[in-house]
Parts: sequence; C-alpha cells; structure tokens
Amino acid sequence: MTLILEKTEKEMRQVYAETVYELAQKDPQVIVMEADLSSSMSTGSLKDKLPNQYVNVGIMEANMMSLAAGLNITGRKPFLHSFGQFLTRRAFDQLFVSLAYAKLSAVLVGSDAGVSAEHNGGTHMTFEDMGLMRSVPKASVYEASDPTQLAYLLKKGYEEGGVHYIRTIRKDTVKLYDENTNFEKAQVLRDGEDVTLVASGIMVAEALQAADMLAKEGIEAAVIDMFYIKPLDGETLLNSVKKTGKVVTAENHNVNNGLGSAVCEYLAENYPVPVRRIGVKEQFGQVGLTPFLQEFYELTAEDIVKAAKELVSQ
Amino acid sequence: MLATQLETAAKQIRLYTLKELKALGFGHFGGSLSIVEALAAIYGKHLNVDTDTANDPNRDYFVLSKGHGGPALYATLFLKGFFSEEVLYTLNQNGTTLPSHPDRNLTPGVDMTCGSLGQGISAATGIAYGNKLAGQDNYTFCIVGDGELNEGQCWEAFQFASHHKLENLIVLLDDNKKQLDGPTKDIIDPLDFVAKLTAFGFETVEVDGSSVDAIDKAIAQAKENKGKPQAIVLDTIKGQGVKHLEEKADNHHVRPNEEDWKAINEAIETLEEQLEGVLAK
Repeated sequence: MTLILEKTEKEMRQVYAETVYELAQKDPQVIVMEADLSSSMSTGSLKDKLPNQYVNVGIMEANMMSLAAGLNITGRKPFLHSFGQFLTRRAFDQLFVSLAYAKLSAVLVGSDAGVSAEHNGGTHMTFEDMGLMRSVPKASVYEASDPTQLAYLLKKGYEEGGVHYIRTIRKDTVKLYDENTNFEKAQVLRDGEDVTLVASGIMVAEALQAADMLAKEGIEAAVIDMFYIKPLDGETLLNSVKKTGKVVTAENHNVNNGLGSAVCEYLAENYPVPVRRIGVKEQFGQVGLTPFLQEFYELTAEDIVKAAKELVSQ
Repeated sequence: MLATQLETAAKQIRLYTLKELKALGFGHFGGSLSIVEALAAIYGKHLNVDTDTANDPNRDYFVLSKGHGGPALYATLFLKGFFSEEVLYTLNQNGTTLPSHPDRNLTPGVDMTCGSLGQGISAATGIAYGNKLAGQDNYTFCIVGDGELNEGQCWEAFQFASHHKLENLIVLLDDNKKQLDGPTKDIIDPLDFVAKLTAFGFETVEVDGSSVDAIDKAIAQAKENKGKPQAIVLDTIKGQGVKHLEEKADNHHVRPNEEDWKAINEAIETLEEQLEGVLAK
C-alpha cells in the first residue's frame, strides 16, 4: 500500500483566524493580539469584525506579553500570535515573568515552525521554541500537525487557562484527521510491532511515509502523532513501546529539548529502550524551500527509515 | 484627605518601611524611600481600593513596576489593612508572603508581579487598556523608576498607551537620579524625561517628589486631563526622608554599617515621636 496524503483545503493560518474569531464571537472577553504579522496570519480582517477584541500592538513582542498579562488581570482572554522565535526567543523573560510566573493565562501561537520559515531564513527559523517553552513551569506545549487538531488545541488552551504554547506552520499542511477525531490523547496513526515512530508537526507525514517504506522491507512500524509535547502523553507512548521496544523520534526542531528529549526523558525514567532522534543537530537555520531544508537537516522520511533500520537490525 | 493628613500618611509609610527593612537587616532602602510620598498620595487619597473592594473590577489598580521598591509598597498595604504588622516583618524570610519584589499571587493587595524591570509598565498599560475597552472609568496607577526606563520595553508601552489614548493610565516616574551602579546621567543619560514623555504622547508634568501635597495636586490634575495618558515626573532623592541615607553614595541595596544603623534608628525614633497618637489608633 502506498500512502497518499492529501493537502488540506485550509491553511493553518486560516484555521487560526477562523477559530479565534469563532471563540471571540461567543465570548466577548477573548482578545486577539498581533505584533504586526496579521497579514501573515490571515487575522487582518478581524480588526473590523472585532473592534473591541482585536489589537495589533505593532512590532513589540515583549510589550505584547506583558500587555496580555495586564489584559488577563482585567478578565480578558488573550490569544497572541507571532512567528515562533519572536514569541519565545525574543520575549522569553516577559512570557516567563509577566504571564507564567504571575500565573496568568494566554494562548500563544508560534507560527512558521522550524524549516517552514523558508525564505525568511536563519534569523526567523526557530529550532528552540519547544525547548524554551518546555522549561516554563506549568506551561503546556503542543505542536499541531493538522488543521482540525490546531482548532482543537486553540479551544483547549482557551478553556483550560494558564500558559499554552501552540507551535504550527502557517500554510498548507496534510490532512490527517476528520472532524470527529478525539484529540484527548496522542494519536496512534498506525500500529506496528517492530519500531515506534514518534513524530510531531510536519514530521508526522514523513513518519507515515517512512512506515510505508519500512513495510515494504518487512518492518512494521507504529506511528504516533505526539502533539502533546508537554505534558507528554506517556501512556500512549508506552503502550506502543512495550510492543516494539524501539523508538525513533522525528521533529522539525532541535533534537535537544524538544520532542526527542521529552520522549527520551520519559522512557529513561519509565521504560528504557533504544532511541534514535531525527531532528536538527547543533545547527542554525538558513534560507531555502522546505524540501531542500528537510534534506539539509536530515528531516525526511528516508532519514527516519535509515534510523529505524539501524535500530531494528541491532 | 487634607495635605497634612497625607503628610502623616507619608510619615507612617516611611516609618514602617524602615522598621520592615530593619527587621530584615538590609535591603532596598534607597528606591523604597524615594517613592514614599508618591505612595502616600496614591493610596492615601487617589487609589480607589481597599480590602473590601480588592476583587471589584471597577476598583483602581496599582502596579509597582520598579519592583525593588516592594518594601515601601508592603508598608503601605499593611497600613491599608491588607495584612498584619507581624507579616510586614517577614520580608524576604524563608516562606514569606512578602518577597523582595512584589508577587500578585503571594501578597494581598498586590495587583501585578514585578521585578524584572520594564514589564510592570506594560502590564499596567494592559490593565488600563482592558478597563478602557470595558468602558470603565477606573484608573491604573504605575510607578516606574528612572533607571528602569533604560529598558526599551517601557518605551514600547508608552507608545501603546499613547496610541490608544489611555487617559485612565497615570504613570509616576521616580526620578531619583540614581540606579544600582551609580548616577543615571553617568550610566545612560536620561536627558529630559518631561520632553521625552511629552514626545511620546503623554500629558507630562514635573513636581517635587518629596512633597506629598505637590504629588496630590498633580494626580488630581491628571484625573481632569482627557485624551492622553498621564505622566508625573517626580523629582526625588534616593533614600528620601532619611538625610544620612540620602547622602550615602551607594544607597540602592544597603547593608547598613554602624553609622547607618544609628541614622536609621534615629529616623525611626523621630518618626515615632512625630506620629505619637496617630499610631496608637
């Protein structure tokens, strides 16, 4: 069987704009905040649609974090968007102190995840955001792989309160889920006995393709979409790993401090098994199209296959 | 409240700030003492909040952006009845509810967690913006430090406040002319704060920050002004009100020597004498 992954009708940014608009219409306390990237995130039209629930603060991400804290003190429920590195790397202390340490609530959406920043290049390419956010006490960290899932995670963050960081690409993605999917747990997309592939974001599609390629060589790989980076869905992970005893992680992020680290930490403490991590290793970003960058940083299905075969042959 | 009563309030805040820091044995004397008159005017008269209305969204809000002035805020909140005198003397002790820098989750009456400089003014701006969006007419007061304005984030917040015409935001700038490492003019010359804040769209006045009456009048005028955020530049002295500490070159975080303790104890005694009868109430 050859896997065919269809592109979705909607880009992730449209899903973001539509979901926050839907929430804002239901709840007048929702406030959507942009820092001069509304045109990049399809939220520009919200200015007119939500005159009292949308604000473009200008190019001031640090101020946006602390403003959101003040707004939340007055009962508002802020959604903040910027490219991932501006939300996390640039405004980290503001995010940490004004929001997290002060125990206030905001949903933070970091877009253009990893290599998907493409032509904005190394300055705009974040391979560190999940690592930074994982170190914030009580913060939830997710990487969305599909539009339906992104909408779910936005609503979850809104309902639960606290600091939620959702990492996503902005544009086209593959369709993985139908609207009735239950996202309370990480998604097991494929069962297998030989190795567990744990992926998030754009690497879920690569992992599915890798599983197809491995199947042709007689290796049955399970595939988990581990969009719950923190807290990690250890239960779903363990259910599979107890069968396979081997794990390959795959992330469009630094292998340190992201999904791979989270999985390794969990398994080391609960069920030690051999792991290989696919991800960016000690490198900065650069300009290029996604397929080129995925090859350069070894983020392809082939890279996952290679790692899985090495593990299985041991 | 009459000016004389506000002067009494300032003396009370100064007394308990000193007693609180004395109980700890060291701390941020300089920048706590320089905001005493401002706190007296704000909490003594203008800030519409007390222990009964602390959870009312229509109350006024106060953010101490220069979080190291926490001891003076705590003395004020104690006097407002938010906690007992015993609590005041737990400043910075293990497990205290009064940490060096204010924490909204620990201390009753504290509206925002501050201490990482520059962030409080943004948060205060967010509070004022949220209240304005809600159509409320309550005020948000914020005290920022002169050294704190080194932080670019403050100027981001000023731009936002000005753009959104937050007339319900009253910023008081503690211009005590010193930061941790020395005089502000030697480290990053602030130039003319009034001109800068005016250029950033604030209705700005400068007053004698050691005069609680002058601050009171400036706040009253700020509340009359419409259409712009309001700034009051307070010409203060670091260590204000305790002559010996005012004259001490390095008075940001003080570990008092014998001579310092003598002056601090004398100041406490003098204030207690001046407040005799008031404190008994």
